[in-house]
Amino acid sequence: MSASNTTAYKNNEQYLSARHRTAGLWKALFTLAVTTAVIALVVLLFSIINQSFGYVIVENNVAPETLAAQPLESLPPDALIAILRENLTKNRLRTIERDGLPLVERSQQDLLDTVIASVVQPRVVKSYNLDRSLLEAAAIRTEAARDFPGGRLEFRSWISGYFITHAMAPTPELAGVRTALLGSIFLILITITFAFPVGVGAAIYLEEYADNRSRINRIIQTNIENLAGVPSIVYGILGLAIFVRAIEPVTSGAVFGVGDSSGRTILSAGLTMGLLILPILIINAQEAIRATPNSLREASYGLGATRWQTIWSHVLPYALPGILTGTILAISRALGETAPLIVVGASTMITKDPSGVFSRFTALPIQIYNWTTRPQDEFRHIAAAAILVLLITLLSLNAFAILLRNHFRRRNT
Amino acid sequence: MDKPMAKAQISSTQPAQEKLIRPDLARRPHTGENLIQVFLFLCGAISILTTLGIVYELGKEAWLFFGSPDVSLVQFLTGTKWQPSIGQFGVLPLVNATLITSLFAMLIALPLGLSAAIYLSEYATPRTRGILKPVLEVLAGVPTVVYGYFALTFMTPLLRGIFGKDTVDIYNTLSAGLVMGIMILPLVSSMSEDALSAVPRTLRDAASGLGATRLETAIQVVLPAALSGIVAAFIIAVSRAVGETMIVAVAAGSGPNFTFNPFHAAETMTGYIARISGGDLAYDSPDYNSIFAIGLLLFFVTLVLNIISRRLVRRFREVYE
Repeated sequence: MSASNTTAYKNNEQYLSARHRTAGLWKALFTLAVTTAVIALVVLLFSIINQSFGYVIVENNVAPETLAAQPLESLPPDALIAILRENLTKNRLRTIERDGLPLVERSQQDLLDTVIASVVQPRVVKSYNLDRSLLEAAAIRTEAARDFPGGRLEFRSWISGYFITHAMAPTPELAGVRTALLGSIFLILITITFAFPVGVGAAIYLEEYADNRSRINRIIQTNIENLAGVPSIVYGILGLAIFVRAIEPVTSGAVFGVGDSSGRTILSAGLTMGLLILPILIINAQEAIRATPNSLREASYGLGATRWQTIWSHVLPYALPGILTGTILAISRALGETAPLIVVGASTMITKDPSGVFSRFTALPIQIYNWTTRPQDEFRHIAAAAILVLLITLLSLNAFAILLRNHFRRRNT
Repeated sequence: MDKPMAKAQISSTQPAQEKLIRPDLARRPHTGENLIQVFLFLCGAISILTTLGIVYELGKEAWLFFGSPDVSLVQFLTGTKWQPSIGQFGVLPLVNATLITSLFAMLIALPLGLSAAIYLSEYATPRTRGILKPVLEVLAGVPTVVYGYFALTFMTPLLRGIFGKDTVDIYNTLSAGLVMGIMILPLVSSMSEDALSAVPRTLRDAASGLGATRLETAIQVVLPAALSGIVAAFIIAVSRAVGETMIVAVAAGSGPNFTFNPFHAAETMTGYIARISGGDLAYDSPDYNSIFAIGLLLFFVTLVLNIISRRLVRRFREVYE
């Protein structure tokens, strides 16, 4: 292509067509790169959905038909209690009552769950992915009839109402994500309560007050940008050292006379997560504030308003949509973050919903991590289902942020 | 806000000025305003405290770690065995695994990310860009633990299918590295695209006017002009790969292993921190202190990379804006 090469070509036309061939080839390569990214996303989503649905073969420890004449769902609470008393040992009953309410006070739904979990004990003995379930349904049916004569073949959606509304259980068939989902929501609430005011405050300071010639302000600005690039696990270690250990009496609730003595609480995790998203939040809020036209400020000053009055009544209302959009993006970052939670000590086997800021906790990504690392296939399925729950939550958050942005952009122009 | 107080102050302390300016028009001291400013400054200062906290806490525990008689700095940096329970503290196996996973991630993310960026900025019509950019954003927004799941349940079986089950372990650094590359790709492409689109139109028009093809314009004119921004993107990508935790924690295997074979399991620095702190930790044991030493190493490596990258971006901005 260089000048010395040109002489090698017999005439200009040949030279030109060679150049165009190269151009076409490279264009194809560039297109291929983008296509790879798109394919990666499609494959990623496919592999998750593929594991979330499919045929399963279920075997029951005790067939429900032998317990009662009618279907279990239609039985009154008394009958369910009778079944429990009949089929379980006294010790087992005592354990069940100790873990929750006494039997007589429980609702019909709760009793039904207990009967299924401790008497019927359904077990998934074999599970299939969605692709095989759709393409080789006949083969699966014959295999089920041959290998598992006592089992029942059914199409199962691993993500279901049951999955979302039930607590963690040791077996994948009965496990749900309610505890983890509530844990994540609690966590985000704490994170935002801490990070939103501080982040917006810092952004206001840097944009409206700080004199860029002053050394300390420049240090703060550079520092925030650098903090945004620190790996999340380092924040986890910081949280472990400061929130879990150094101020343990506060974060465990011991100072207030509640909670046990461990600092591995949802409060510690929320504060750690707050520090983690703070730089992102500040940078986003700064951009939103910077986008506020100067004429607004000048007009306000001209009418005799003070600096804070100007910020509070003019700059902030104008910048708010941008700040909120940035905050939502920061929240979705915090929602999917796993590593710092592992370090500050999220537990995986938690069946009780979080009851306050000092309770031990689990969160959605932690459950996904835990279930993914189990060797059994069934845990892969519920991991995939939990991932779907997480992704749907994140997508709706982001969609909301985009709607918000578009709504206000239209209003402002 | 605090009108009466302000008035009183002016009349008592500044009688001379009062004659010149009518008191109700004079500038009043704003105690509330000043308090607000102090509060906002403190909000900004929290970021400094965070950095100091990281350096102090990590430094303190790392100091304890290196202060213990079993550990020497030389052994830490050159030893090839990491087994804190029996007093072997060589960080190389962990660093080595981090380098291997990052290397494969870069092999995927840098060429593909840059090509995608060139396509988006130089070739794509606004409509195609409007479809492709959200796809890349979704890819960037997927939580890392999901990528970990993807590596373990899709990439590893795929690799074992290609290279044979005997060559490829269930947990291996190759699978983790490749998926990490997919994860970092959108970051590289969006940062590079920013750099490419910041190159003034006039340069492209001039090249076209001289008869350059679109490819020649892109490679010989736009790319060199945007080079520092692209290098900055590459450096940020490396820093992301080094600090990435969940993919390697799920797919690269647990247990330090000094191997250069990407088909074998090996634990990275971040994977080690996640595994040790996920278990029941006894405070002030060598295990506990060691995660701080490694965390500090990680912090400084990523910090230096980020600072270099930011410098490059700033220099680039000075040229064209």
